[in-house]
Amino acid sequence: MATPPVALRPSDLQRGAGPRRKETAIRRLFFAAGLVSIVISALIILSLVSKSIGFLSAIEPQWLLSNNWRPRNNEFSIHALFVGSLIIASIAMVVAAPLGLGTAIYLSEYASTGMRRRLKPIVELLAGVPSIVVGFFALTVISPGLIQQVFSGAGLFNLAAAGIGVGILTVPLVATISEDAMHAVPTGLREAAFGLGARRKATSIRIVLPAAVSGIVAAMIVGLSRALGETMVVAIAAGGSGSSSFTLNPLDPGQTATGAMATLATGTDQVAGSGAAFPSLFFIGLLLFVVTFTLNLVSDRFVRRYRRRY
Amino acid sequence: MAMATDVTRSVVGDSLRGEKRDLGGAIFAGLLFAALLAALAILLLLFWDVGRRGVPLLAERGLSFFTNGPSGSASKAGIGPALVGSLLMMAIVAVVAFPLGVGSAVYLEEYAHDTKLTRIITTNIRNLAGVPSIVYGILGLVVFVEALNRATDIRDTGALISGGLTLAVLVLPIVIITTSEALRAVPRTIREAAYGVGATRWEVIRSHVLPYALPGIMTGVVISLARAFGETAPLLLVGAVRGFFATTGGTLEQILHQPYTALPVQIFTWTSQPQEEFQDLAAAAILVMMLVLVLMNGVAIWLRNRYERRW
Repeated sequence: MATPPVALRPSDLQRGAGPRRKETAIRRLFFAAGLVSIVISALIILSLVSKSIGFLSAIEPQWLLSNNWRPRNNEFSIHALFVGSLIIASIAMVVAAPLGLGTAIYLSEYASTGMRRRLKPIVELLAGVPSIVVGFFALTVISPGLIQQVFSGAGLFNLAAAGIGVGILTVPLVATISEDAMHAVPTGLREAAFGLGARRKATSIRIVLPAAVSGIVAAMIVGLSRALGETMVVAIAAGGSGSSSFTLNPLDPGQTATGAMATLATGTDQVAGSGAAFPSLFFIGLLLFVVTFTLNLVSDRFVRRYRRRY
Repeated sequence: MAMATDVTRSVVGDSLRGEKRDLGGAIFAGLLFAALLAALAILLLLFWDVGRRGVPLLAERGLSFFTNGPSGSASKAGIGPALVGSLLMMAIVAVVAFPLGVGSAVYLEEYAHDTKLTRIITTNIRNLAGVPSIVYGILGLVVFVEALNRATDIRDTGALISGGLTLAVLVLPIVIITTSEALRAVPRTIREAAYGVGATRWEVIRSHVLPYALPGIMTGVVISLARAFGETAPLLLVGAVRGFFATTGGTLEQILHQPYTALPVQIFTWTSQPQEEFQDLAAAAILVMMLVLVLMNGVAIWLRNRYERRW
């Protein structure tokens, strides 16, 4: 009368081999997508290294030690370029560090939640401005309106104006990373300070900033790395050309590592002059990659330090 | 001795009653706010500078500015081909970077265990996001342009497809990072509920995790496209044309292999001309570009606010 009880075995609950094979295939597909970033990194390093070897074997070593950057005359002064990059990046950080950090402290410690929601898009909007636009701004406003007014001897194209432009581009980066770091500081620390009678200013400077210091250091390093790699502002406003002299004066026109690459890519150096001119951009690219990659790795260490602590 | 205690008493009393003005604190707060306002001031000044030059030109030229190609005479030059080139490249970026980036993020967030390889991949992605854009230009030149030249009989310095692929690779880390964040925001319980009723991992991802994370993913994609739209430096290396260029149309394959230019490259060309008229052209083109970018950012913010969930 009653149907005999069917013993349900675990294998009855298992799906067939078809779905399982499908799952495995999909998993492999995602794994392949996951590896793409590794492939890209490998390709970047491979292209840079192989082309740089080609360049280095085509030139005489002492060409790299000459004092000026004139690729058409076989003068490949690497230090002239990187000194230019450092001047630009230093000026940029003088602009970006106080503005970025000030913005971050305000957003994290002073602004109410509503204010924060309304003010943050300003920083995000500034972060979305393409570098070519800031380059135009540096050439048409910062240089004639600021640099040439303050320093009467300066020409329209100068490193200082480009540096300030690069600084503007770096502000949002410094602000966002510093704010993240300060946001991660536990509220309990602030409440303890307030409980001891500390005002907001003292709490921000004496409690929150020291607690967030590794994140702020990371922000500065990333900012520096970004500033060293910025190309278009320099290409438009710094006045570098296919023949630039070594200079330490920020009011002079000058060339940077990135600017030299842009000039080589767009200029007539491809056709004219020594065959080594164009390939030199691969070598500059390799050096730039190594410098920025190292800076990024170091900042990653700092970020992980505060992530781990809180 | 007695005086010291009096002073202490009055200071403590004042601060307890909150009567003492904190001048230093007010100045500090003011300075911080000024730092934030500086960002706004720069943005306004930038728009004012570009608008002052660009708006009259746009008003005078009207539609011809959007349809004409580059020209040696400033009164005839326009952004037509540059706009077409930029839009086509954005399409390539969307088609290539979106599936690869989302796929990569899904692997890292949903499949991968915390192994050494996973940690290498995530660190590597963060570092890739910090590689200067011009270095991506070298990658594009060596991998895409030269490979394309070998594969086909084109002996050109670059083609639309190389530019688009280079930009796609450039924004890939951004797509991965934003998608990962969106996936991480979907609570564990959603996944567990789906597993509990017998869904496989892929079913959980397809029908639960991805739909819930979609607004966040779309925000990331829009931001990436905006970034690709404004990027100039790598395109200089992969052969965006800085002179004359005509859209000839043709089949898809022909279009992809055509010489091309892009809006930011066109702007760069104009800014490097000494004549004022070309600077005005650059300003007008920048105005167009900024409007498109503000629109895209607006869409991203709207998506985020409209669909943001509080779990």
